[in-house]
Amino acid sequence: MTATPAIEGWFTTGPESALVGSRCTTCETVFFPPLHQASGPGFCRNPACAGEEFAETRLSRRGTVWSYTDAQYQPPPPYVPRSDPYEPFALAAVELPEGLVVLGQVAEGYGVADLRVGAEAELVVETLYADESGERTVWRWKPVVEMGEEADQ
Amino acid sequence: MSNHDVAVAGVGMHPWGKWGRNFVEYGVHAARAALADSGVDWRDVDLVVGGETVRNGYAGYVAGATFAQALGWNGAKVATSYAACATGAQALDTARARILAGLSEVALVVGADTTPKGFLAPNAGERWDDPDWLRFRLLGMTNPAYFALYARRRMDLYGATQEDFARVKVKNARHGLANPHARYRKEVGVEDVLTSAVVSDPLHLLDICATSDGAAAIVLCSTAYAEKHGLGGGVRINAISTVTPTFPNTVIDMPLLSTDSANAVPAPERTFKESIGQAAYEEAGIDPADVSLAEVYDLSTALELDWMEDLQLCKRGEAEALLRAGDTTIGGRIPVNPSGGLACFGEAVPAQALAQVCEVTWQLRGQAAGRQVEGARVGITANQGLFGHGSSVILSR
Repeated sequence: MTATPAIEGWFTTGPESALVGSRCTTCETVFFPPLHQASGPGFCRNPACAGEEFAETRLSRRGTVWSYTDAQYQPPPPYVPRSDPYEPFALAAVELPEGLVVLGQVAEGYGVADLRVGAEAELVVETLYADESGERTVWRWKPVVEMGEEADQ
Repeated sequence: MSNHDVAVAGVGMHPWGKWGRNFVEYGVHAARAALADSGVDWRDVDLVVGGETVRNGYAGYVAGATFAQALGWNGAKVATSYAACATGAQALDTARARILAGLSEVALVVGADTTPKGFLAPNAGERWDDPDWLRFRLLGMTNPAYFALYARRRMDLYGATQEDFARVKVKNARHGLANPHARYRKEVGVEDVLTSAVVSDPLHLLDICATSDGAAAIVLCSTAYAEKHGLGGGVRINAISTVTPTFPNTVIDMPLLSTDSANAVPAPERTFKESIGQAAYEEAGIDPADVSLAEVYDLSTALELDWMEDLQLCKRGEAEALLRAGDTTIGGRIPVNPSGGLACFGEAVPAQALAQVCEVTWQLRGQAAGRQVEGARVGITANQGLFGHGSSVILSR
């Protein structure tokens, strides 16, 4: 069984994976989660724009940390715990050059101690949980450790 | 003052707690208390507005009618409002609008809830197009995790500490000690907060409000009706702000997974929460400097500090300094949450915004025994709910 995204069309997989947003073809505003593949028409949320057509756009893979936290207690369903007993994970809100903030879990092996507001983070794709169809993946934020910093830790 | 004032004829509450009974029972208790406080006979009420509760079946969806029937059908018109945490304020605004339009004279507004234990979770079922479902499924993002993002930002940007957050809890616990409607009436020390379990770093269990059962009700009438019948002791509602955000909303908001983008349209001058307070001040024609007390939504301790700045009670990044100086304690320059706040109540969603108005009313009348802000003339409330809802109410005497 192969790993598949937990949600279809929100991010690309493979090397240089990225979030997939929608760009309004009328006013250029970028949206994530994407609007272009919604079952009905998507509506541009810019109040000055009546656009209903969107182009797929890959968002920047790197951004700066807006804030961060963790989940010390197991979240309620529909969250699917990956392990029993539960293992806490970190969460980050990352501001992208496109001018929006996107939430995500923090990459495996990193916690709040590895993060600070304004620091750089980049997108990775990792396993969120497994179900009958195999491993289901999700985007995550991984702290960017610059050369030299690593040696200080 | 503004020319669209309405009078608060009476207020009432059912004590907050975890009573495990039907929300209608709490609502009727609060409604009868408010009616008794006002001296208005139930049969004279010509409009009932209920705050919807989404966790109590059909009766909760049509809360206005449910309360009206329980009190005994009296032929009044009816409405039910839902605006997440701002439900009570939106219900109040519905009543106010009809009164100001001359379509009603005296209205009863009621919000009541029975809540489950633990984290508030989305309704059952698979809903891949519902952000409130997706945030749990894809991220495990609980409400406290959102609160923690805001708290951490205060620490990294303004030098706030976990001790500061604990001090908010200590202050509010002390404020609520003598409040007969509060669920928690017990002193809490800084160490108690810091040694309680971390829920979402940097917030401890005692930094985060519980969910509670409770009910609040308000009898609202035109100023002419109040004067004619000698009701309410002069307390007026000067403003009810229920504005939505202005695009692009670039501050991450529960339950969303992302913000709007500012790539094509620049971010507005004010954040959503700042605009909620600003709209109330403009509507009331009242300056932030004239506020005697504030009841704000301390879903977490750190959010109280955010609200002080959003309501222009101090500059951005200065809330901790006011807190440490005792300015926000009863007896200080600008007491915040003299009722004890959500720290002492826990949240009963459709009732909470009304409970804030009840407290401000008692404060303005000088009836807040054991927690009175001396000489209170103007009070402001604030809260924020899911999906672009929020409210701020200004009352004066």
